[in-house]
Order: sequence, then structure tokens, then C-alpha cells
Amino acid sequence: MSQKNVKTFPQGGVHPKDHKLSADRTVRRLPLPKTVSIPFSQHIGAPAVPLVKAADEVKTGQLIAQSAGFISANIHSSVSGKVKKIDQVKDLTGYKRPAFIIEVQEDAWAEGIDLSPDLVKDISLSPEDIAAKVAAAGIVGMGGATFPSHVKLAPPKDKKVEFLMINGVECEPYLTSDHRLMLEKNEEIMVGIQIMLKALGIDQAFIGIEDNKPDAINLLKETAKKYPGISVEPLKVWYPQGGERQLVKALTGREIPPPPKGLPIDVGCVVFNVGTVFAVYEAVQKNKPLIERVVTVTGPAVKKPSNFWVRVGTSIAELIEAAGGLPDNTGKIVSGGPMMGKALDSADVPVTKGTSGILLLPQTEAKRWEKLPCIRCAKCVSACPLGLEPYLLMALVDRQMLDRAEQERILNCCECACCSFACPSNRPLLDYIRYGKATILKKLREKAKK
Amino acid sequence: MLIIYTILTLSILGVSAAVILFLVAQKFKVHEDPRIDQVEEALPAANCGGCGYPGCRNFAEACVAADDLTDLFCPVGGQECMHAVAKLLGKELSVNDPMIAVVRCSGTFEHRPKTSVYDSAPTCAIAAAVYGGDTGCSYGCLSLGDCVRACKFDAIYIDEKTGLPVVIEDKCTSCGACVKACPRNIIELRKRGPKNRRIYVSCVSQDKGPAARKVCKAACIGCGLCVKACPFEAITLENSLAYIDFNKCKLCRKCAPVCPTHAIMEINLPERKPKEKPVESPQKTTT
Repeated sequence: MSQKNVKTFPQGGVHPKDHKLSADRTVRRLPLPKTVSIPFSQHIGAPAVPLVKAADEVKTGQLIAQSAGFISANIHSSVSGKVKKIDQVKDLTGYKRPAFIIEVQEDAWAEGIDLSPDLVKDISLSPEDIAAKVAAAGIVGMGGATFPSHVKLAPPKDKKVEFLMINGVECEPYLTSDHRLMLEKNEEIMVGIQIMLKALGIDQAFIGIEDNKPDAINLLKETAKKYPGISVEPLKVWYPQGGERQLVKALTGREIPPPPKGLPIDVGCVVFNVGTVFAVYEAVQKNKPLIERVVTVTGPAVKKPSNFWVRVGTSIAELIEAAGGLPDNTGKIVSGGPMMGKALDSADVPVTKGTSGILLLPQTEAKRWEKLPCIRCAKCVSACPLGLEPYLLMALVDRQMLDRAEQERILNCCECACCSFACPSNRPLLDYIRYGKATILKKLREKAKK
Repeated sequence: MLIIYTILTLSILGVSAAVILFLVAQKFKVHEDPRIDQVEEALPAANCGGCGYPGCRNFAEACVAADDLTDLFCPVGGQECMHAVAKLLGKELSVNDPMIAVVRCSGTFEHRPKTSVYDSAPTCAIAAAVYGGDTGCSYGCLSLGDCVRACKFDAIYIDEKTGLPVVIEDKCTSCGACVKACPRNIIELRKRGPKNRRIYVSCVSQDKGPAARKVCKAACIGCGLCVKACPFEAITLENSLAYIDFNKCKLCRKCAPVCPTHAIMEINLPERKPKEKPVESPQKTTT
């Protein structure tokens, strides 16, 4: 692994040990679950509006909930069977949200979906049709943010797009779903990139991959030779290299204007995760909606750390079972990686479009150490990739001084957790900042409504 | 001579300065209603913000400016204080019943076992933002005491045995600070009731019956028995949750005994008489 002459972002960041336990495990397909529960809302934006009701028969790939607005996404059935009921189901947030509960009967697919493994290279659709197809397939950002992809593929007319950035960085420790996808679906990803380039009307794409995945870098470099306009860029192993802002800065040197308004498109870039690229390929070339994804199940004590192709709506408990069962000393079940993932209070939570991995942490690692007083060491300040002062933001939020926190650019925070990781006093910096952000954003939304 | 000049100059200077000051004072006079001071004096000076204004002074200004006092109420001073203000200003006053903060959750440790361990920042607001709480109920009390920190009158504390907040009746001024602080909307301002007697549903869970019962033994399961039992139509059922309208409730006590989970609380009401066994009616003789 060479750390020299590779690009990176200039400010802050940390280096957690990468623990890629499942990097050499081929993605396996699991037997179909007996029931699935598919939440209405698996994306940022308005929850989808249900189209089927209890006792209806559905087929795999059938549209079951319609996108409710521009920033929203369609939802398709991931199995075929009978809708048992529409009920409140606990999702990743820990709160109950409406979901379809479908009893699986057989694997009958809806008509018009090409299930053959053949690579389809010719892109016949026009740019507008591609965006429409992506919208119809219900594709959202699969890196975790779950922003509806068709919105990014149809940029506003007054913005000029220059580069397409493909995020294969996977800087979160433990997770390997993107890594495996790049190794196993390299050709498909390249065609997916061609489709996106056509939709955006540009001809240059970068794939950013962290330097700890030399096999993926070499393979994609080799494959990219066959396709025009795609270059593969190794990046320094440095968290959060895969953050949108950091990736754009590392690859182009451009600085995205500050959030919440600044977007990559303001500096001529559009960023997609490799998982999203593959989903776009399947939607456009194979007519297959987004109903399954790669999920890593891993952890220091997991018997068989694995990568699975998982249908949306499968219970996380089933994945853990398939990976050798829940280790006895498990202290935390995390959806996502250890840095930005979310601890779950039950394994009976469905996999959604944004679930990239399940991490089982043993008690010793899961427990938060005692919170000590701030010693003003400023490690959080040096770790913050956005140049914020996390210790100050935490104090301001604790004292409810939210106006001041807003002045101190609390809304710029990308919630990468570098500050909490770096703090020698184990202070829950990000918990406070996240809460402060949510409260301020809520106030701003209320103001905007008035 | 020098002394006369000195006196003259200083006198002229003094008189002209006085005239200028007088004219300026007239020109830029800030007219403030003297009644504002009087009203402020009559208020309890708690500056708690319970009335909806930043402090007592602002509330006094609002009282003086308003046409009548029907929309204004000082929860700390209560009816007495508002009477005094109304007398001072000679304005109409609406009769407001004294209120009290009520904690609508019965999820004690016994009723609601813990299902997970929360060890992040010890505030309810952050815990509620993170997940549904360390028990199975995602509506109930988080026991981290945001309400206690919000109360300026030391009128609420967390009972260590149950993990639930307890309102001290004598100290609660119904300023509503705890109501705003609670991220779960568990605390509600309700009528104190005659002799401090009141009845309310001590649960805010909107889970459906079996689900609610599974996570908490004292949850309202939305069975609707109380709705049927109430002769005054004071109880409504919405989203599997019963709610007693305190303006309609006549404290007849018909609802509490029918509640299968004992989610309906009777506060300060005398103990129920032990149920008299129905006297066996003399057997009817057939003729």
C-alpha cells in the first residue's frame, strides 16, 4: 500500500483502523426470506404514497408505492407474494413508520425485467429518458444519504456540469459492499457511468477509490481502458475521504460552497456512489428497479463476515443468522459503519435502500467510555475536515445558544464523527452537534413556511 | 469686577443650559404609561415566560396595551394576581381555572422493562433524536430530566424508584416550561380541578393495543371501554389513545375502574369504598 503521490483532501480527518474483514468474501445470494417489510420512506424527501392494499397480490419488481413529489422515490416490491398488511414497523430511526408487510410465496418477477446476466453495452435512451427511467426505478443514493438520484441526473439549466465523480472510496472501517461490487460488477459499473455521462451531457468521469483496495483500483483501471472518458484515481486512506465535499476537493481541488445550500453542482460536479451506478445500469439496461443491494455483515466476533445480495425489506436478524449468528458478547448492532452508522435497539429492522452494512460490535468496543471534562486540547478542531470548532459547538448547544451556534457554522457539519473519534476525553461532541443542527434546521423550516 | 463677571457668565451659562435641556427633554420625551410600573408591581416578578412574554415587564406592557385581558394570563400569579391587574386597569378579565403540569406516563421500571442501554449525552432531547428510547415504548418518558432542568420553581423531580418525573403540586405554577422542554409531549397543562382533584389518561402511546401492552403494562391500549363508560362524552379515542377533556370531565369516576391497564389516574380523590356485594334479591316466587 503506497501512501505517496495519492490525492487527498487538505484539512482535518482521522485514520481509524480499517478492519476490512469481509473484503475477500464474494457476494452471496441468500434464500428468499419468508416475509419482508418494506417501509414507505427509504429516502430523503416525502414518503411514497402506497398503491397496493392488504390482501393484494404483488410480483417482484412491481411498483407498490408512488413517489410523492420531486424529491421522493418510487418503491417496488422486492418479492412476490401477498401483502399481509400495512402496519407500523420500527425502522432504522428507532421509531415506528408505516411499511408494507409482504408474505413471500414464490419468486415471480413482473414483466419486462431482463434477468439474464449478459452485459448490455448499447445505450439507446435519450438523456431525458434516462433520468425518467432512473426516477421510475426508484433509485436513491446508495452510499447512505439516500438522496433520489434522478434529481441529480437532471441538473437545473443554469448550472454547468463538468465532471462526474464516482465514489468508490468506502472510507468507513469494516464495510466492504462497494469494494466487492467494484470487483464483481466492474463492466456493469463502466456501462453505468457511460449512461450517467450521457444523461448529464458530459464526457469526463473520475472514480475515486481509497488506496487500501489495490485490487479494485487495478481491475477498474484495466476495465476503464475499454471505455472513453473514465479515469480511476487512487486516494489516500484517510477518513472521511468518501465524503462528497472531501472527494470533490481531493479530485478537482474545488471547494463546494458551504452547506446547507452549497452542492457539488455549484462547482460543476455530480457525485454518485458505485452502488448507485450499478443500480442505474440495471434500471436502464435491464429494466430492473432498485429492490436489492449489497450488504456487508461484519464485526470482530462474527463467525463468517460476509457480503450478501439482499432484497429490500429483509429483516437484519436474518442476515446476522446467515453470517453465523449473533456473537454472545455483542454490545451493539450498528447499521452502517462504525463512524457514521446508527446503533439499532433491535435486530428486527428491515434492510432499506440505504443499508450498506451491519456491524456487530462486542461489548468492550461498543461501550462508551466515561465522559471527562474538556481539556482544550483542540484535537477535535484539527480533526474536523470542515474547519469547525466542535468543542465550542457542543458547549453552545448544551447551553441552548443556538443563534450563536448557527453563527459558528454548525450547519456546515457533515456529521463524519471525526471530532468524537479524536476526543481524548470521550465527549459526545457529535451527539450535541447533531441535535443542535436538527433543532436549527427545524426552526429554519418553520420560518420558511411562514 | 472680576467676581461679578464670573457670577454673570456662570449664571447665563447655567440658565441657557437649563433652557436647552428643558427643550430637548420636551422634544424627545418618552411617554411611558405610569400604569405599566403599577402593573409590574402587581405581578410576581418571576420572569419565567409562562405568559408567553419574555418577562414580567413585557407582560405588563401587553396588559396595558390590550383592550381587555381575556387573552392574557399570568400562570404564576394566577387568578388573584390577574384580578389585581384588572382592577388597576379597569379592564375585562376572563375567568381562567388554575392549571397544573401533569406527567402522562406510567412507564415505571416495573411496568416498562429496559430493552437497550443508552449511554450518549444525558438529555431527553438528544436521546429522542437518536432513537425510540431505552424501553420498547417510543412514546414514553425517557427519564433523563429535561423537564427538571427547565423548571425554574423546583417543582418537578425524577423519582429514582420509578424513573418518572413527579410534579410537586404546591410549587407548580403552570408556567409550561416543562411542557415545552419535553421532546415527547408527555407533560400537559391540565385544570387543577376542584380540591386539586383531577382524572387523566396517564399514557401518550399511539401504539396499537397488543403492541402497546407488550412493551408497557400500564399503557393505554385504546380499547375504548372508558369512552363507553363516560356519561359526559369527555373521553375521545384517537390513534389507539384515549384522552379526557378536562373541561368536560365532571370527576364522576366511572372511567377509571373499567380501564384494563389502570392507565387512568385519579389524583387526590378519596379512596373508593370497597365494593358492596350485591345483596341477593329474594327469590321470586312463581305463582
